[in-house]
Amino acid sequence: METKNDFQKEPQNNSQTEPKLSRRQLLKMAGVGGAGLLLGGAGVGSLFATGAVGAASSTATAQPAADILPFYGKYQQGIVTPQQDFFHFAAFDIIAKKRSDVRALFEKWTDAAARITQGQPVGDESNNQHLPPTDTGEAIGLTASKLTITFGVGPTLFTKDGADRFGLASKRPAPLADLPAFSADELQAEWCGGDIGVQVCANDPQVAFHAIRNLARIARGSAVIRWSQAGFQRTERAAAKPGTARNLMGFKDGTGNPDVNDDAAMNDVVWVQPSEGPAWMTNGSYMIVRRIRMRIEEWDRSTLQDQEATFGRARISGAPLGGTDEFEKLDLDKKDASGKPLIPVDSHVALAHGDGKVRILRRSYSYTNGIDAKTGQLDTGLFFVCFNRDPRKQFVPMQQRLAKNDRLNEYIVHVGSAVFACLPGASAGGFLGQELF
Amino acid sequence: MTHMKKRTKTLIGLTLFTSLALAGCSSAQDAAAPATDKKDSAAQTQAQAVDLKQPIADYRTYVIEQADALIASTTQFVNAVKSGNIEEAKKLYAPTRQYYERIEPIAEAFDNLDPDVDARENDVDASEWKGFHKIEKALWEANTTKGEEQTADELLSNVQLLRAKVETADIEPALFVTGPVELLNEVSATKVTGEEERYSHTDLYDFAANVEGADKIFTLLQSTLKAHDAQLTDTIASRFADLNNALSKYKKDSGYVSYTELSKEQTKELSQAVDALAEPLSQMGTVLGANK
Repeated sequence: METKNDFQKEPQNNSQTEPKLSRRQLLKMAGVGGAGLLLGGAGVGSLFATGAVGAASSTATAQPAADILPFYGKYQQGIVTPQQDFFHFAAFDIIAKKRSDVRALFEKWTDAAARITQGQPVGDESNNQHLPPTDTGEAIGLTASKLTITFGVGPTLFTKDGADRFGLASKRPAPLADLPAFSADELQAEWCGGDIGVQVCANDPQVAFHAIRNLARIARGSAVIRWSQAGFQRTERAAAKPGTARNLMGFKDGTGNPDVNDDAAMNDVVWVQPSEGPAWMTNGSYMIVRRIRMRIEEWDRSTLQDQEATFGRARISGAPLGGTDEFEKLDLDKKDASGKPLIPVDSHVALAHGDGKVRILRRSYSYTNGIDAKTGQLDTGLFFVCFNRDPRKQFVPMQQRLAKNDRLNEYIVHVGSAVFACLPGASAGGFLGQELF
Repeated sequence: MTHMKKRTKTLIGLTLFTSLALAGCSSAQDAAAPATDKKDSAAQTQAQAVDLKQPIADYRTYVIEQADALIASTTQFVNAVKSGNIEEAKKLYAPTRQYYERIEPIAEAFDNLDPDVDARENDVDASEWKGFHKIEKALWEANTTKGEEQTADELLSNVQLLRAKVETADIEPALFVTGPVELLNEVSATKVTGEEERYSHTDLYDFAANVEGADKIFTLLQSTLKAHDAQLTDTIASRFADLNNALSKYKKDSGYVSYTELSKEQTKELSQAVDALAEPLSQMGTVLGANK
């Protein structure tokens, strides 16, 4: 309700050493005699300045070095980075009409990301009380929390509805093909596609949200969020000992991942090599995201035997069926007494592994999103994220095998999907996508 | 109108320098103020970075014009209601409200005036509900004007009261400059969602009027702003053009299509165009900047 007292809610002197004054009192003190000169920033500068400077300097937080991951470098962060606890993904659509506007957006985003991943505010605060704060503020006093931000561009950046919208169509890399339709997909438009994909990971959910929110704010007028999804896994703190995280079906997920510290493996699996082209993608990687709803109500009433046969692994240890250790070599030829494979041929692990020659780097999180209004069941599942050098040779054939035969399909449904070309890293002074735009 | 509990800012400072103040009003706040009224001549000579006297004077002229037109149009509307001319009343309803919506932040400064004129059904206690939206409900839901005669009379006297008050009210630079964002927040909160005109679905009339009111302030500040930040000025101007373009798709005859004709996608597009404009608009305070 509007009352005269509301004037007291306006910015006030924040200093401890000076008495607090209401707007009204300030004006009386100013003794201003006419309309049009009531509360100019400069006019009451001496009263406001102290508070403003204090507010600006208090946004910088002392940062433990271990919580800060480098932003600039050969590769983008958040790809071979050991997986953080929380996740927030956003797909953006560009509404700007000119390529120079897209370029300007990436310049601004790069600068903002370079700051907030180091635990700094998104930009310098002004000392002008008449402006909104530059940073939205919810990360003030928080550490960087191993925040990483990873940017990718989708097929529609290059060509949309047949149109070469930014004169970039000729630069579209062949591996950035639209994903084929997989059997049993039930994709919903509201969880699919995007001109730009931004993956944010951090060990704190508020730090992660802060990043997405500020990037969206910076993009206003140039790009809008098309869809977004937050995700999580068990926190490091909650895990009694380090190890593979479990998905919401209770099974360990990611055991077969290649070692991110193995440079040769990463060059083989993840990073686009100079010989492959296009040049602007060298040291980049292709990211595929799939929002996979789990029918957990049905899963929860399936037997342990069925669950283990579905995954092809033991529930508690994560060992391949017939084995004892999570990380032991997968032996798909092992048979039981009756001659049947110990690991069913249509189990998830058997199909994902295939002949073992084609691998991807998975970096998935769990998600939960309220309930499905139609069924009253939880809308929850796996937000699958993977990186690979060429989806046509890696993710796509693997997913085709799974989509056709995986026992797990009885309990899951793919509802969201997108593919992005994650740009190579930027060096300080440069920006992401510099060679593309 | 806005959700009243959220409202904290208005364009004008009623308590200051009006005839009331000159007459020696002595509220508790006055009593608490330091007695050193004259000490701040320094602040006066430092003055503001920018002198907004002229734009504000021009804005007052605009507000008075709108208020005059509001009285004229409300008079016709009220006559239609009281004479039971339902079709005429329906026709006049949305265009009349536009005069109010263009200057809404001004009206909101006067204690009960905004709720008395513009409250929606659940904004106030049922026994206190009056104004445009009560008549809107009668017209579109009950398809009658019966029983609304007193509401109509009160509505007219309240817009007349508004006109009388804007004459002397002082308009603060700091809040003048944030006025456009306030107006666009009105759009985001209730118009783009179709909650403002829940019976007549004439929300796009209000939407357009709020944007026009915001555009007026921007236009009045444009040359001042340009001197501070030419790029910001250009960005705002082009985003106004984008939003007006987006809105113009829904023009029909001399007004706008019903809100119910918009698809979800179209509503979202309008909402995002409002956000795209409001963000740079929120930087207009730079003209009052301590840093400039």
